Amino acid sequence: MREITLSKAVNEALAEEMRRDERVFIIGEDVAEAGTPFKILSGLVEEFGTGRVIDTPISEPGFMGMGVGAAMTGMRPVVDLMFGDFIFLIMDQLCNQAAKTHYMSGGKLNVPLVLRTNLGATRRSAAQHSQSLHALVAHIPGVKVALPSSAYEAKGLLKTAIRDDNPVVIFEDKLMYQDSAPVPDEEYTIPFGQANIKREGTDITLIGTSSMVQVCEAAADLLAEQGISAEVVDPRTIVPLDTKTLVESAKKTSRVIVVDEGHQSFGVSSEIASRINEQAFYYLDAPAVRIGAMDVPIPFSPALEDLTVPSAEVVVKQALRLVRGEMIDAA
Amino acid sequence: MTPKASALPAEDYLRMYRQMVRIRSFEDNANQLYLAAKMPGLTHMYSGEEAVAVGICEALKPTDKITSTHRGHGHCVAKGADFKQMFCELLGKEEGYCRGKGGSMHIADQSNGNLGANAIVGGSMGIATGAALSSKMRGSDEVAVCFFGDGATAQGLMYEVMNMAALWNLPVIYACENNGYSEYTPTDEIAAGSITARAEAFGMEAFQIDGQDVIAVNTLAQTLVERCRNGEGPFFVELMTYRYHGHHVGDINREYYRAKDEEHDWKTNRDPIIRLRGWLIEEGLASEEQIDLINEEIKQDAKAAVDYALAAPYPDASEVDMHVFTDVKHAVA
Repeated sequence: MREITLSKAVNEALAEEMRRDERVFIIGEDVAEAGTPFKILSGLVEEFGTGRVIDTPISEPGFMGMGVGAAMTGMRPVVDLMFGDFIFLIMDQLCNQAAKTHYMSGGKLNVPLVLRTNLGATRRSAAQHSQSLHALVAHIPGVKVALPSSAYEAKGLLKTAIRDDNPVVIFEDKLMYQDSAPVPDEEYTIPFGQANIKREGTDITLIGTSSMVQVCEAAADLLAEQGISAEVVDPRTIVPLDTKTLVESAKKTSRVIVVDEGHQSFGVSSEIASRINEQAFYYLDAPAVRIGAMDVPIPFSPALEDLTVPSAEVVVKQALRLVRGEMIDAA
Repeated sequence: MTPKASALPAEDYLRMYRQMVRIRSFEDNANQLYLAAKMPGLTHMYSGEEAVAVGICEALKPTDKITSTHRGHGHCVAKGADFKQMFCELLGKEEGYCRGKGGSMHIADQSNGNLGANAIVGGSMGIATGAALSSKMRGSDEVAVCFFGDGATAQGLMYEVMNMAALWNLPVIYACENNGYSEYTPTDEIAAGSITARAEAFGMEAFQIDGQDVIAVNTLAQTLVERCRNGEGPFFVELMTYRYHGHHVGDINREYYRAKDEEHDWKTNRDPIIRLRGWLIEEGLASEEQIDLINEEIKQDAKAAVDYALAAPYPDASEVDMHVFTDVKHAVA
């Protein structure tokens, strides 16, 4: 199978959906000729024109709000938010407007909108361009949240998002844009709410989101060298969350570590660990453990920044403690 | 009152009169429901501002879009809603326009192009502008009207979307209902400079108009809607109006921010319903008896709708987690 980058996979998904459905359009800052700072959208304006690949002023709440209004009136916008950190700027339009419109209207109005943005630290971009803020969105009922972990996932999940009649936020890991993975030539979509068991194992379950799936796979390799069989599970979407598959895996292996790049406190890793502790308690040999980003603003200096992000080494260290029945390092 | 000679068929003016009386009647009943503790929560009365909603909405087609505000009952009635479903919504009943899930601050007859009342001040400006973008992209002739108050001119979102609307010639009309008060604060304490100049800075044509003169409002709205359909939008209109009640129904003691004499003057000398009634009779378009009959019919309609809503059932408890997502029947299964 051919291999393409995550960036190319996103580009293909958008192009295919825009060819399929003329209601789909892209709106955001420098999405047209510039193709975004990451060059993800290069070539789309040449095919679809400036009428469907719309460059906006630097007005995040403005173009997000316009996306909501367009979605309510027959269009299917893909709103491009250049950095996930800017989500704080659009919170009213996303969480008070888009998320609640279907409910507040008694099911009469829909907001089929996709917000594409990113997460991820270690790009030496400091505290306002490095955050992983998906937990904030997942907290609000009415928005779906997808976290692709590879080029293959990014394409399939984005196509599903565009066809969904609800607001969907996709957080791509900005450090993975140039990572390649096998992606089929033929069309496919990935359903929401179906976790992917990336690797089967028997001693411990490692649940990872987004690029933390790779961290979990690296940890599983290291654990295998020590004779420990780790199962790696990618939830793919955190809203909806495939709790059943995660709990089943927990029951099977009896030990769980949840790895997510959002801040560890009050985050996605907390929520997943909590569900597992509630629903698999009597099958567990140890409490489900969270590993998230350190609870500090992301620092600039490489010497400091790398300490804030979960690594395979940290996962292995905690996994060994769980397997040996030792107390874990608590946050 | 302009124009002196009637330019439209008599029925058009009578319909504007009826719609204004319907709004006033709806609000009088809503206020009574609140005072009698029969309505959950609170509400914001539109009484006094009827000529704004009616003058503009009478220039629109059902397919044209509006966005409304926390003070939204008037826009809802003016855009074609029925009393029964409105009172049901106000009381949180299943038959309400939003199945009781929106209430006063989110009330809307969606089937008539009302994209919702919005309880975030200025929160709907992006939605209205996006509806105009959508209209243009779909090749439709739909126009979007964004209703908001003078208080919302202090929100940054307005400047972001007006900029884009002007850049892209979108068919949207920004209708600023200047009722003189931003909640409990006089407008001149919250808005520096001229309100219309804010729109003019974007190269947008802006108008200031007497919002108590429904014919003047409608005449301007007809022109601007037509110009929007011809690709000449966007436009901005500041409508000088007045809010008879407080910011909300519980805002009873208001003398610390506005004088009773001022309220009395607007209600007596500038009331949009009294003014149109006088004009209709003066122009020979209706008799005193006809108008009294209209008033009485509407009063009875409203009473029947209130009685209906009071007796109507609440939503079943199983509704609580419905409509969170379009494709999930119960979100908290």
